[in-house]
Amino acid sequence: MLLEIDDVSLLYGRIQALHGISLTVEEGEIVALIGANGAGKSTTMRAISGIRPVASGRIRFAGEDITKLRADLRVRRGLCQAPEGRGIFPGMTVLENLDMGAYTRRDRAGIAQDLDRVLNLFPRLAERRKQQGGTLSGGEQQMLAVGRALMSRPKLLLLDEPSMGLAPMLIQQIFTIITEINEQGTTILLVEQNAQQALARAHRAYVLETGRIVKSGTGQELLHDPSVKDAYLGVA
Amino acid sequence: MTTTVNSPNPEQREALGARLRHGREAVAQRWHHAPRWVRWVLLAAVIVFFYALPNKEFYQYLGPIPTPGANFTQVLFTVSIYVLMAVGLNIVVGFAGLLDLGYFGFFAVGAYTVAVLTSPSSDIKTLWPWLLVVPIAIALTMVSGVMLGTPTLRLRGDYLALVTLGFAEMIRIAAVSSPFLKGQRGFNQIPHPPGQYSDGKPIFGVLDARPYYWLVLTLIIVVVIGVRNLTHSRVGRAWISIREDEDAAQLMGVPTFKFKLWAFAAGAAIAGLAGALFAGKQNFVNSQNFELLNSIIILAAVIFGGSGNIIGAIVGGGLVAYMIERFRGIELFGVELYEYRFLFFGLVLVVMMIFRPQGLIPNRRRAAEFKDRRKEVTVGE
Ligand SMILES: Nc1ncnc2c1ncn2[C@@H]1O[C@H](COP(=O)(O)OP(=O)(O)O)[C@@H](O)[C@H]1O
Ligand SMILES: [Mg+2]
Repeated sequence: MLLEIDDVSLLYGRIQALHGISLTVEEGEIVALIGANGAGKSTTMRAISGIRPVASGRIRFAGEDITKLRADLRVRRGLCQAPEGRGIFPGMTVLENLDMGAYTRRDRAGIAQDLDRVLNLFPRLAERRKQQGGTLSGGEQQMLAVGRALMSRPKLLLLDEPSMGLAPMLIQQIFTIITEINEQGTTILLVEQNAQQALARAHRAYVLETGRIVKSGTGQELLHDPSVKDAYLGVA
Repeated sequence: MTTTVNSPNPEQREALGARLRHGREAVAQRWHHAPRWVRWVLLAAVIVFFYALPNKEFYQYLGPIPTPGANFTQVLFTVSIYVLMAVGLNIVVGFAGLLDLGYFGFFAVGAYTVAVLTSPSSDIKTLWPWLLVVPIAIALTMVSGVMLGTPTLRLRGDYLALVTLGFAEMIRIAAVSSPFLKGQRGFNQIPHPPGQYSDGKPIFGVLDARPYYWLVLTLIIVVVIGVRNLTHSRVGRAWISIREDEDAAQLMGVPTFKFKLWAFAAGAAIAGLAGALFAGKQNFVNSQNFELLNSIIILAAVIFGGSGNIIGAIVGGGLVAYMIERFRGIELFGVELYEYRFLFFGLVLVVMMIFRPQGLIPNRRRAAEFKDRRKEVTVGE
């Protein structure tokens, strides 16, 4: 088991955002976490990446208890998150942003190789390598966030709503790339409101409702589950 | 009575902004495209100019630049101390993005460390030489920076601003009322820096401020070279990433707390050095040297010059400190302009914030960050 979350609760001051959630991610999988706005998806990500301390419960990663480990050390262990929304460095160029992704690494040859890989995955970024992050379009920023996280060569890549605010064609493109990254050997935990796409691509998935996991199963099972269909796959 | 503020319409503002931008970009372009040797020669000329500046034989030809109401070399010393501090505060505010409202408190720690350990009026009467105490003063300032930063830098938001403000005020109150720090009476006969001319006269005396100015100028150059090297290293990248987006920096594996603490301590150390230099020149330190306003002035100078940019900090610190002194001895309708220095200063800042929030000489990244933030604000509205 690569990631194991056991009975984790998290508080924002007095507000309890997570009520004892448990989930697992196996090596090689794409696991999706879906749920409505405010369900606690980003909060779960923050607990895993360590930028918010948990109130109770355990988090294990690659056989090690990381519940109390500092966020930056988790990155060194191979856990990297592309943050939700505009989480890129606006004043840095595309290349400088990608370089920040490799902040914890010192193997120059490996970094250069991964840079090539990311620029191949995202030709748009290659065209704009000298452009400042803040001047990119929303979709390009989203790609930059994913590419930057990949630059740390993570064992587990955490993606928080990579399709948010994108045009339908770009959404398609970004999900294709996610599958591609996974096929190249990176395990992925994917948070999405776009449940249709996420479930179709994921091996397994969890449904989060007001800070509790209410359902889990394979992507296909949930895709055809009547209650999931009702709540999250609204026939638009 | 109502007053209407004639704020310029957006078009005018854009036009003015664009003109300023073009002017600066043209200069920056020329600078970056000039051959290497041209840049070196220009830089050398600027440095020679500032070394020559305190000589009467030189500055008497500079028209209105010398200050009418105060000894020009003394003013230059004061200005150089402000510039040194602006360079230090720029690490904290400009590079790491931490709002330090009590920076002058560290200056006070440096000055008082020197005073207590060297002056015969001190209770402990160690009477150590100045040069020996300088590293102690710097170390103590750094320690106080770490002590202040450790509990506060873990927290986000405005805590640091509040705590630093409280710290500076605490130091001031201690200086005023603690018997150990001698209040208004202060410490006298603080020794000067060592060194003498071949005829046996001391280099650092009471009357001639020039050697002190040259010493500070030299230290500014050393510090700037150090800071430049630092900002082009992993440390600098870490600082900039924290300033741009602290969460994202952490998610990329930057130990944000550690680097914030480093920036804070490095800035404090430079202020401590400035305080030690000040005490060594002034020969006398008392509680009146440490008004809270000074912290605000330095912060304003850094923002005015363009925080995040070393040149900006130098120009900001220099201009602000110089302007304040320049007002001395100028009378308008029977009042000395100096009395109104902070009014002018406030006005200039307000105008700056409207037209050019990124400062006089902004840094390329900073401009993008400001735009990004503005976008976020509009999205949120
Ligand atoms: N920084 C915060 N402080 C207080 N409450 C928060 C904070 N961030 C999120 N919350 C609350 O926690 C809950 C879960 O939020 P979040 O994890 O962002 O949801 P999601 O990502 O699923 O949309 C929401 O009720 C939200 O209001
Ligand atoms: Mg979210």
